[in-house]
Amino acid sequence: MSPVNSVLGSPIKRREDPALITGKGKYTDDLKVFGMLSAVMVRSPFAHARIKSIDTAAAQAMPGVIAVYTAADAEAAGMPGLVPVGWLLDTLKTPPHPMLASEKVNHVGDAVAVVVAEDRYVARDAADAVLVDYEPLSACTNPKDAISDGQAQIHDEAPSNIAFDWEIGDQAKTAAAFAAAAETVRCDLRNQRLIPHAIEPRAVLADWNEATGEMTIHLTTQNPHVHRLLMCLSSIGLPEHKVRVIAPEVGGGFGSKIHHYADETIIAMCSKLCGRPVKWAATRTETNQTDAHGRDHVTSAELALDQDGKILGLRVSTYANMGAYLSTFAPAVPTYLYGTLLSGQYDIPAIYGHVVGAFTNTSPVDAYRGAGRPEATFLVERLMHLAGEATGLGPVEIRKRNFLTPDQFPFETQVALTYDSGNYGPAMDRALEMLGYEQLLADQEQRRQSPNGKQIGIGFSAYIEACGLAPSAVVGSLGAQAGQWESAELRVHPTGSVTVYTGSSSTGQGHKTSFSQIVADRLQLDVSQVEVIQGDTDLVQFGMGSYGSRSGAVGGSAIARSTDKILDKAKLIAGHLLEAAPEDLDFKDGSFCVRGSADHSVAWGDVALQAYLAHNYPENLEPGLVASAFYDPENFTYPFGTHICVVEIDPETGTTELLRYVAVDDVGNVINPMIVDGQIHGGLAQGIGQALWEGAHYDEDGQLLTSSLLDYAVPKMHNLIDFELDRTVTPCPHNPLGVKGVGEAGAIASPPAVVNAVMDALAPWKIQHLDMPLTSEKVWAAVHSQ
Amino acid sequence: MGITIELEVNGQPVKREVEARTLLVHFLREDLNLTGTNVGCETSVCGACTVHVDGKAIKSCTQLAVQCDGAKVTTIEGLASNGELHPMQSAFWEEHGLQCGYCTPGMIMAATHLLDNNPSPTEAQIREGLKGNLCRCTGYQNIIKAVQTAAGAEG
Repeated sequence: MSPVNSVLGSPIKRREDPALITGKGKYTDDLKVFGMLSAVMVRSPFAHARIKSIDTAAAQAMPGVIAVYTAADAEAAGMPGLVPVGWLLDTLKTPPHPMLASEKVNHVGDAVAVVVAEDRYVARDAADAVLVDYEPLSACTNPKDAISDGQAQIHDEAPSNIAFDWEIGDQAKTAAAFAAAAETVRCDLRNQRLIPHAIEPRAVLADWNEATGEMTIHLTTQNPHVHRLLMCLSSIGLPEHKVRVIAPEVGGGFGSKIHHYADETIIAMCSKLCGRPVKWAATRTETNQTDAHGRDHVTSAELALDQDGKILGLRVSTYANMGAYLSTFAPAVPTYLYGTLLSGQYDIPAIYGHVVGAFTNTSPVDAYRGAGRPEATFLVERLMHLAGEATGLGPVEIRKRNFLTPDQFPFETQVALTYDSGNYGPAMDRALEMLGYEQLLADQEQRRQSPNGKQIGIGFSAYIEACGLAPSAVVGSLGAQAGQWESAELRVHPTGSVTVYTGSSSTGQGHKTSFSQIVADRLQLDVSQVEVIQGDTDLVQFGMGSYGSRSGAVGGSAIARSTDKILDKAKLIAGHLLEAAPEDLDFKDGSFCVRGSADHSVAWGDVALQAYLAHNYPENLEPGLVASAFYDPENFTYPFGTHICVVEIDPETGTTELLRYVAVDDVGNVINPMIVDGQIHGGLAQGIGQALWEGAHYDEDGQLLTSSLLDYAVPKMHNLIDFELDRTVTPCPHNPLGVKGVGEAGAIASPPAVVNAVMDALAPWKIQHLDMPLTSEKVWAAVHSQ
Repeated sequence: MGITIELEVNGQPVKREVEARTLLVHFLREDLNLTGTNVGCETSVCGACTVHVDGKAIKSCTQLAVQCDGAKVTTIEGLASNGELHPMQSAFWEEHGLQCGYCTPGMIMAATHLLDNNPSPTEAQIREGLKGNLCRCTGYQNIIKAVQTAAGAEG
């Protein structure tokens, strides 16, 4: 075996893939346990209704049905059954969220009963036979309307449906900036509600062992330890050491599998009461009705500029839809993950943001790819587009004139963040160069000579994101009910190979590959000698999981730290074997050698073996070669970049065609460029989907009209184009790998790039703004109403 | 009341009694333990359940098992032969055509069928030909590269 020293930064093929391309990967719904039963939920068809009675007799009498449970049974199972919220704000109202509704349902899909049967077809039949007598109530779905008089009142604990009232920045200073402005631009917008749509629906397999009092739960989760903690604190009524949560293969998450859902505890209850393993897998309709949705803001935003186009201030007012209940991290998303991003890449001397969170009769809203940062980026970049038009400076110059410059870092924004690093100009210049901007402008001008013909639009988005969540003390002071460090443990085996246990938990990001590259690089091993274990609370000491683009920057850093501890100990052992001081040793080509005496060396494998033999061993040193680290980051990380989209609009049909998409991202050092590019591709697809096609729609009664993939427009292959990517590299200055995170960048950057392109194409019609998604119908109507 | 069906699955003869309403995907997954074929929706949109029936790519979530009486069914588990990955499987690995892997078996089955009918498709033909299979992770870019790579390998 020859050591591979260039493994970090190499596009090595993924170690996950052989199982997944042959159908051997095991997702939760693929698992069978002896004696396993199937469960189907009985869910509310109404958005808001009082439950007058629930009659389970007919269902219970059906052949093959084992049991039908309602809220009354939770007590018998010893389960509090309350779904908790994991982030608190000063003004936050936290009405109870029972896992099974008994008095009132608050959104379509709210669970009222569960049927357990010998197979899923029987359970499904029996679910239809459960008779629930509902008294429908009026419903509200829009967050701005929900807090006004005369609307349905959802929770007694939250008068006027107000979940919280939150502000950031300096209101008076911002008002003064506006008073002094030479120019202001304004955008009233709806950042529409999205449904995440991981292709694998959520699923749970719970297996209660009466004899040991242990509950094993296989779960579609991005953070098994967080799931276990939340369950044990609030819903499941069991101590943490008696609950094991395992994430097998997880088929995408995008945020939707972070949260603790009622279903997990309901299925655990079923297993406990039946005394047999019970599995439930959501249908797509259930997925759409009950997965936490994303976005859903109603916002007014204004930008104040001086006579030179320099930004003086930014003022934002947002009504954020929380849905019927507070999902796990819901309160953080439209506040600390949103308001703190309002400075974008710009030097803005005064910012004020005001956010009201509202309960509505809709599915709960929580983190979805980007979580708050896409909403902030969208309004900032829409305003920059409008400012470029209003000042006549255009989209490039208005941005460049306001970019923070490299000498301003570290930069303390007006909205609580300290940007650690950045170099925004080169990313934009590279994107412009790839695009051939001047030629495109000429083409556009030519098209505009034929006003009825197809028009070209060019849209910019210069984004920043704060990811690598996060310094624990900082997020704790902001309301997080958990730390945001990550843990890792390395066990070196006596033969020198390594098993890494990480608290990160992959839903497709390729951790087994990237993390083994980190270890292989530091220990000068081949990646095949490194195994990565994740997603099991019995195997991994603890973990905060994978979301917020944190796995590389925080999880990877924990692995790097534990690897360094291993090297420190290995040097003590090697020093003993070589009769040299540890500080005089170099680690090179897989061996420890005495500096200046290359042939006086001991190989890695011999050191590992001696750590376990302990025959010829330093005094006062414990045997074994195992190390763990809990890495708590100093700061967030701040990826950035410039994306440019080119579209062609047909004014006759309103159709938007994507012509080009150029993305230059700076995610810091890159562990595996193939995986990083893939993350950008996927994020772009979701962000472009938001801009052009996607949207969850409720009617005025709170019925979800987009409850299947027939009516919710997830982008298909023929909708998209070949994306043109490049990178600049500004390493993160405060973590051991210099990495920043890449999972969300594409979804954050792309919606404004696409919308700005469409609005640029529509410039001859003087349309100020259209809300996403920019469907053909919407564009056609706007053009033809002129 | 069960109905007896006989069919060939991945080259092996299978004889089973099934309910008339049993979907092919559930028959494959739960009766035959072929869990490589996944369920992502119940409306024939996502394509995660794509398998071959008598040489055609079909969505097994909206076909009944009894409709396959006498048919030859191939699932992702039957694609590799003699321990050698099918060129399409190798190409998905080579080109990073998958992330979470959930859509992958269906995508690979649809893609092999595409090449059966058009061994050298253009990018536009691949995008049109595979629009019945959703992927939420990759933005499709590397799936298209994988299909092109497989087409080159087979051609």
